[in-house]
Amino acid sequence: MGATEFDLATSLLAILPEIALTVLAILVLGLDLYLPKSQVRTVAYVAGVGLGLIAALPLIVWPGSPATPEGLYWGGMIRHDVLSQIFKVMVLLAAAITCLMSVDVKGVGHRGEFYLIVIVSTLGMTLLASSADLIMAFLALETTSIPLYLLAAFKRSDQKSVESGVKYFLFGAFASAIMLYGLSLLYGFTGQTNLYLIAAQLTSEAFANNPIPVLAALVMIIVGFGFKISAVPFHFWTPDVYEGAPTPVTAFLSVASKAASFALLVRFLVAVFPLSLVIGDASIHNFWVQLMAASAVVSMTLGNVVALAQRNIKRLLAYSSIAQAGYTLIGVAALQSASDVVQAQAVASVGFYMFMYVFTNLLSFAVVILFSEATGSETIADLAGLSRRSPWLALMMTIGLLSLAGVPPTAGFFGKFFVFNAAVQADLTWLAVVGVLNAIIGLYYYLVVVKVMYVDRSEDEDKPIPVSRPYAWVLAITSIVVIVLGTIGAQTVFDWAVRSAGSLFL
Amino acid sequence: MTEPFMFPILSVIIFTPIAAAVILLLIDSDKRDLIRGISITAAVIVLVLSGAVYFGYNNLVGQVNTNQAAIDAAGLANPATQMFKDGLAFEEKVPWLDSLGISYHLGVDGLNAPMVLLTGMVAVAGVLISWRIEDRTREFMAFFMLLVAGVYGVFVAIDMFVLFFFYELAIFPMYLLIATWGWVKLREYAAMKLTLYILIGSVIALVGVIAMVLVASNYFTNEGAAVFEAAKASGLLAENARPFSFDMTQLMLAAENGAFDVAGYAGVETLTFAKLWFPFVFIGFGVLAGVFPFHNWSPDGHVAAPTAVSMIHAGVLMKLGAYAALRAGVQLMPEGAQTHLPWIVFLTLINVVYGAFIAFRQRDFKYVIGFSSVSHMGLVSMGWASMNIIGMTGAGLQMFSHGAMTALFFGCVGMVYDRAHTRDIPSLGGFVKRMPWVAVAFIIGGLTSMGMPGLSGFIAEFPIFVGMWNASPNVALQIGGFTLTNYYSIIVVLAALGIVITAAYVLRVTSQVFFGEFNEQRYSDVTDITITDRIILFLLGAPLIILGVYPIIMAPMIEAGLRPVIAILGGGA
Repeated sequence: MGATEFDLATSLLAILPEIALTVLAILVLGLDLYLPKSQVRTVAYVAGVGLGLIAALPLIVWPGSPATPEGLYWGGMIRHDVLSQIFKVMVLLAAAITCLMSVDVKGVGHRGEFYLIVIVSTLGMTLLASSADLIMAFLALETTSIPLYLLAAFKRSDQKSVESGVKYFLFGAFASAIMLYGLSLLYGFTGQTNLYLIAAQLTSEAFANNPIPVLAALVMIIVGFGFKISAVPFHFWTPDVYEGAPTPVTAFLSVASKAASFALLVRFLVAVFPLSLVIGDASIHNFWVQLMAASAVVSMTLGNVVALAQRNIKRLLAYSSIAQAGYTLIGVAALQSASDVVQAQAVASVGFYMFMYVFTNLLSFAVVILFSEATGSETIADLAGLSRRSPWLALMMTIGLLSLAGVPPTAGFFGKFFVFNAAVQADLTWLAVVGVLNAIIGLYYYLVVVKVMYVDRSEDEDKPIPVSRPYAWVLAITSIVVIVLGTIGAQTVFDWAVRSAGSLFL
Repeated sequence: MTEPFMFPILSVIIFTPIAAAVILLLIDSDKRDLIRGISITAAVIVLVLSGAVYFGYNNLVGQVNTNQAAIDAAGLANPATQMFKDGLAFEEKVPWLDSLGISYHLGVDGLNAPMVLLTGMVAVAGVLISWRIEDRTREFMAFFMLLVAGVYGVFVAIDMFVLFFFYELAIFPMYLLIATWGWVKLREYAAMKLTLYILIGSVIALVGVIAMVLVASNYFTNEGAAVFEAAKASGLLAENARPFSFDMTQLMLAAENGAFDVAGYAGVETLTFAKLWFPFVFIGFGVLAGVFPFHNWSPDGHVAAPTAVSMIHAGVLMKLGAYAALRAGVQLMPEGAQTHLPWIVFLTLINVVYGAFIAFRQRDFKYVIGFSSVSHMGLVSMGWASMNIIGMTGAGLQMFSHGAMTALFFGCVGMVYDRAHTRDIPSLGGFVKRMPWVAVAFIIGGLTSMGMPGLSGFIAEFPIFVGMWNASPNVALQIGGFTLTNYYSIIVVLAALGIVITAAYVLRVTSQVFFGEFNEQRYSDVTDITITDRIILFLLGAPLIILGVYPIIMAPMIEAGLRPVIAILGGGA
């Protein structure tokens, strides 16, 4: 435990993806300056393909290999372990796909700086996934968030986009401030900024018999996370920002920033407030488990119920993403178990859920982008006749929605199964039951969209929606991943995620 | 032990329709004849392979019975599990999600082999009757193929997770098929209702099964460790088996050793796992079998669905529910079955009698058949509730018999409706003149439905009643301080009333639709059915007669499949 001896080569390897991202950011910036405006697609391809290639780096510098052993690096700022690598792969792929699917979006993908900002935000996310220090965590969080505020307001001429950016910024700044206060309290109590050392301090020291200050700090920090993952009751920004932001941005922030935040949330809770931590008879672990379970229940229920009433597809996906955060929180709550095996499955279920959610949501949003770029509409009713108009597009959207709903043979089925399985094993059967009932509510509104596409008629049925090459690639890749993860690929990713859990508990 | 390479016939059966669906989606949507050709080819391949599975297994039945006699004689430690394992044929087992004890494990025993055959028949009939669908033929056929694949998967799954996987897989294509190609007035409502009903039931059952796996795993790691090791040593479980597993054989082993009957579950002193979860699992799946009061989706769903989907839905999917309820409920939680089936039987009685009454009152031709399904499926659940070999064998036969019969009925209704454009019974009449084949088929189906000797309905329903009657002295139901005994015989009498009503509505419909006055003016353009329609009628009608006069082709097989269930229920023959 603690920072090992400094070894530059290994330390650099541990942050290889981040270094590559910085280089890519500079490259994209340069290209954007030197290439004429008409060549902006090249910038997009460089950014997209570059991010895709960088997504392979975490696999190359896989922790545990002799070159890059698992552990803390850079003075304890960074923890290099399987958990961080998996989430890095996720956010990098999400960013790559986002770049590709922004190419043809007017006012967004036509401006080179868009890709730069996406890359910078991704850099923040990768750091977030591996940060093991309060300062690093906060810095990474802000590196993630500030570009996202910019992106949300990226369509300067569009009032809704600007409004969404401002709203996101105000909420975000507020949540950051509360979180920062919590972090500073933790530092004040322990005199440590490293997560793993804080844990040791809290455990070892006779920390009075008063758990209240620690609980207060914990709650404030959870507020910050709750905002990032849009869990109820910190979700108020979600529908408005999702609706107003340019669609590729919505897609990006709905998956990547959520995934990275879940990575840190799990690491933080497990590392700082482990099962063994008891202050004055109060089990802090038990407290946050209850909190997560409660948040899961309200997030799922509120997200799903309010989604029923939505007419705008982006708002629907916004509420659905609140519900999805709720399902994932079931996995976090399943950390309640004292058994290593079950805890590992709980972490793994969160990892898998986010992994599949990234692709699923990007798939759905890609269709929404294509549709709204072609028709200018984001209303669900306008999707009518899509299956006659563009049968393949309707099928892709159906796969995405089914995966969100958790119907086999899509990845979502396994995602939900793992989460519920972890809950039952952790003796939270009631939570699993609430989860499955919510899944049924969810299924209803996803099916309504499918119904609109397949059953309802429209006058534009003879006008197919154009799909340019990058979009075809995006649709093909994401849908294939969703199906593969829902059938033969589930094992591989889940095992990875199980290993990531092993690395979490030092 | 190395096994010789076997042709993975069950996987081929499941994946042929899936492959067909993918190919269909890749070809041009205007090539309708090609689309139909691919679909019927896939369906026929599947039917032929299903026939091979069925008759292949039928040849094994003698052998299985001999094995079981040997097991009985030897007095082995876990006879029921041993019987179940030995009864499986055409097994395939590939690790899938190893870390969660999930493997892609398929197999056929006497219970599901007839269901495999039935699915093949209905799949072919379904494709043929959808021949004239012109609206998005490609999508229709692709989704239909997925539905068929899902149904097959449930029937041949020996791993509980695989069963759920395919169960849920089957639901979605059905939703789209009904909502998109169904009867305009009702389709959206009915499709959604059906999907939600079935999914709520199944996901609650899923939670129950996960909890069951967990209990079994705890048992095998603690008090049952010796049983587990012994089972591995004797070859009952695989050598690399782990305590946490979704495999039915392993769960059955846990059940047989009483892992689910330990008092004090969930902190309540008198409660056992089986007692708590049995109703949720049994009725959760029972929703799809139309168990009262959760039958409500069924008539609407059947009426709204396009003919092919009604056929596969009433003919095969409802059996999925009954089948899964038996497999996951009765077979794995025998103690729960003994506690709860004595009251669940009242629900099935309501199914039988009330369903028949409502069917009698309908004006819409298709609703009659829809409610008759509710009534007949009640008999299947009732057969399970008898918990003895005679009644349960009857229920197994009823699953097949009703499947073929109701698919035939829906086929007939579809053929009449396609030509007459109405299903209003009073305004139809005299159709025997124009459509003699349909009339004959409908009468055969109707007689089967009434339980006429010489047809499969009799072979199926009579044993159910006999089984119930025999079970009567052994069953008691505690209500508060009051004990109800010997009431199964009363239930038999009341259920027989349902048969009388069945006869009444079948005769009424037959006389009003096919006989009576033919309205020459209104139905001047009604023509006789085509050759494909005749194939359908033959395919579904012939088994009713064959099984009726020669029940030995199926009855011993189902009996062999049910022996492990009876054994675990603690009963003799």
